[in-house]
Parts: sequence; C-alpha cells; structure tokens
Amino acid sequence: MRKYRIDSSKGLEFGIYTLGDHLPDPVTGERISAEQRIHEIIEYAKLADQAGIDFFSVGESHQDYFATQAHAVVLGAIAQATKKIKIGSSSTIISTSDPVRVYENFATIDLISGGRAEIIAGRASRIGLFDLLGYNLRDYEELFEEKFDLLLKINEEEIVNWKGNFRAPLTNAKILPRPKNGSLLIWRAVGGTAASAMKAGYAGVPMFMAHLGGPAAIFKRTIDAYRESAQASGFDPAELPVTTAGFFYTAESTQQALRELYPRINEGMKKTNGQGFSKQLFAQGADPHSIINVGSPQQIIEKILYQYELFGHQRYIAQIDFGGMPFDKVMKNVEVIGTEIVPAIKKYTAKK
Amino acid sequence: MKIVGLVGTIVGHKTRIAMDYMLTTLREKDPNVDASLIDLAEYNIRFSDGRNYLEYDGDTQFVAKSLMDADAIIIGTPVFQASIPAPLKNIFDLLPVNAFQDKIIGMIVTAGSPKHYLIAEQQLKPILAYMKAQMVQSYVFIEEKDFYQKAMINEDILFRISRLAEDTVVLTKTYAAIREEQEKAYGF
Repeated sequence: MRKYRIDSSKGLEFGIYTLGDHLPDPVTGERISAEQRIHEIIEYAKLADQAGIDFFSVGESHQDYFATQAHAVVLGAIAQATKKIKIGSSSTIISTSDPVRVYENFATIDLISGGRAEIIAGRASRIGLFDLLGYNLRDYEELFEEKFDLLLKINEEEIVNWKGNFRAPLTNAKILPRPKNGSLLIWRAVGGTAASAMKAGYAGVPMFMAHLGGPAAIFKRTIDAYRESAQASGFDPAELPVTTAGFFYTAESTQQALRELYPRINEGMKKTNGQGFSKQLFAQGADPHSIINVGSPQQIIEKILYQYELFGHQRYIAQIDFGGMPFDKVMKNVEVIGTEIVPAIKKYTAKK
Repeated sequence: MKIVGLVGTIVGHKTRIAMDYMLTTLREKDPNVDASLIDLAEYNIRFSDGRNYLEYDGDTQFVAKSLMDADAIIIGTPVFQASIPAPLKNIFDLLPVNAFQDKIIGMIVTAGSPKHYLIAEQQLKPILAYMKAQMVQSYVFIEEKDFYQKAMINEDILFRISRLAEDTVVLTKTYAAIREEQEKAYGF
C-alpha cells in the first residue's frame, strides 16, 4: 500500500467527495449561483482539511444542474487552499479527455499541493458529454480502455512511445511536469457491478467503487470479484487499495438525518437522473447493515466499522452535499466527522 | 391523475380505435383524469442506444418523458409475429429499468387471430413486471371479428374496456393512498 501513499497502520481513511452538482434545495426551492457553489466547494475542502479528514475530491459532469465541469481547475484552487488533505477527482471522465492534458493538469495540482493529488478515472454514467466534446458514443468502451491505459503508461514512463486509435501517436514524448514523487495514485472508478470491478482487478489497478443503496453485503461480492480477478492476473490483492463511496448524512437522531437528507436525494435524482429514490428503500438506509451511511454519529460509526469488517477496504468517502444541501448543514457534518466519527473509526481500525 | 394511452404500433388502425374509445371512456367516467394519447405512428422515435431518457431530444424525449410523468399508462398493442411490435419494445428499451415503479398499467391487445390471446400474458406482462409496474391483471383482448368498418361492434368488448378504465383509475387512486400511508409511517 505504500506505493499508493496509503498507510494501513493508521486505519481506514475517511474522505469526502462532491459531484459538483448545482441543484435547488427542494426544501426552500432556492438555488445558489454557480459562483457561490464553487466557492462553497473550496470552503468545504478547507474545512475538511482542518477537521483532519484524509481526502477530498470533486467530479466532472457535463450536464444541467452541475457546476464543476472544469473540476481540475476547482482542484487547483483547493490545492492552494488546503495543507494536508489528499485531493482527487471523482471522477475524471478519461474517455472524453486527452490523457496527456489530464496528466499535465493533475501533475500540476500535485506540485501545487505538495504531492497530494490523485486521479480517479471513470467512464461517465451519462453520455451528453460525448456530443459536447466531439466523441462517438459507439466507442464508449474502447475510448475508456485505450485512454485509461495511456494515462497509466504516462504515469509509469517518463518518455512515452505510444500508438492508438483515438489520439495521435506519441513518439519519445515527455509529459511534463512530473508529479512530486514521480507518479500519481490513479484509481479506476467502478459502478456497483462485479463485471465492472473485475476489469479493474484484471489490470491490477486500485478500485474506487461507488454505491447507492442496498445491503452492504451486496457490495462485498463486487469487492471479492475485484480481488479474485487481480489474483488471477498475478497481482497481490493485499497490495491493491479499495475505496468505497456513497451517501452520508449525520444528525442528532436517525429520524432527523433521514428527514433532512431524503428530499435532497429524491428531488436531486429526479432532476439529474429522471427518477427519484424510493422512500421505502431509503427508509431501509437506517438499518445498521445498509450501505447508506445515514444516522446519528454513533450509528454511522457502527455502520462504517461493520463495512470495514466486511470489505477490508482502505478508504471510505462520503457524499454529503448532494441535492442543494444547505452549506451550514454540510459544515455541521464536517465538524461531527472531525470530532466524533473519524477519531472513533481510526481508534478501532488502526493497527495497534 | 395523469393517464397516458400508448398506441404501441406505427401501422394498422384497430389498436388506435380501441384506444380512442378507452380515452373517451376514461374522460367520461372521471373528469378529473388528465388523459392523453400517444400514438407512435404520429411520432418519429429513435432506437434506444442505452442513454438516460433525459438525454434524447425531439419526439423521443417527449414520449419518454410523458410516460415517466404519468401516474398510469394504458398500453394498446397489436400482435405481430406472435409478439409485441418492435416500436413498443423500443419504448421499453428507452426507459430506465424501474421506469414503471409506482405506476399502474393496463393493457388492450388486438390481434388477427384468437390464437394470440396469451401473448400479453407471456410476453408483455413479464416485461412490465420487470420494470416494476403495478398491472391491472385483466387485459382486454380484441379480435379482428370484433371490428366492422373501423368501429368496435362487440358489446362485450365495450363493456370490458369500460371495466378496464374503471379499474385503472381505482387502482391508481388506491395505490397512491397506500403509498402515502406507508410513507407517512416512515416518519421522515
């Protein structure tokens, strides 16, 4: 894990991510400006840093109701505004980007931040950006695989010789600047399915797994499939980090947490995905074995520890700000994470 | 209450005749019902390529959105090659997997031969069940001989359509009430 700058002896890493959504708060019906939203995201990262949280990341989505299409630029501002927290993308859509430019951006963010940058490369769950950026949706799979491979190659080799189908060839190309410690931590973003995880496993690449809802045990199968595939390809699964990512919200009681989070998730998903989140499924989120980390601080600590026992993962990252969640509530969550949740999790998961 | 009648074919006229009758019946029975008809013959719909339904444009997005916004849908379909027509299957493919969650779906089936009476049972219902529809169990099956000069002449069919209209409205109201009560019990 050292290779990936993850020190397992310190216990499970705790992170925060935002998709950079820019949605009205359904409770008030009001939507802040894109300018305010971006400043709040930078402030959010600063608070997370001050609270001792390990990681903060920002995603790109090229569609209505999002504000961080230029997520690398936002991460540049965050790199400057923070001191210790690791920062990354959640995720960078590598399929519709030039890996050379992505690498240049993130190596630069790494230098600004003093060696704290990571890339999580994904394939996009929505496809509007293919038209917007001039790519053919028919190449969805091939674009990702080819560009992701090139990104990994640039990370490993200082002088790159490469030929592919979707980009001009590289001949003795130097991709500069180089990151502070020579290479970046690059993850493969994976949806909840085993088939998706196996692709990361076969390539021996760290896995970033997103999850929406359901029992945690379902996702154990995905993680097992990842590790088995890595093993089958000759990699040591014990050396490959796994991150899980999903909804998080804490309040004084579970009922209060559900009440404050549900309308934001439900209405936000209606606007961004065209379908809400079933209240019945969401109510099951209160169960200690649900993957949704919603509840009182103590219940969340127990949930995360249960997930840790099940998954043996290296990092969990929380999505708190979705759906127009007011910033004061986001700040309150960061505070509780820093003062109650992270200390408890570290205490139980750090190697003694 | 929004009810959309969907004519799931671009050829023929029997399904449209039955659906027009269905829409008139719905409006007569309950003036509060906002009933509209989508006849696929009048729209230019793209084949599904797997994208989110919000990302289509033109007629395709209009039809997909109208169905997603409906509280209930009455599907009218002929039987081609012992199956549902391709345009109707394409509509299902355009929508998300759980598209019919919390929706009531009724069915009217027309066919040239009585031998097709189980097609809806064996082909349409499993698709709707997979997409989480709450189905009105009994569908109306109409044969060639029930039509004469572009009108339905079999009184039994008219009675059946009337019952399907009533059942669809009643079930839509009932399931909404059940859901409301259940969601209230969650306390958030």
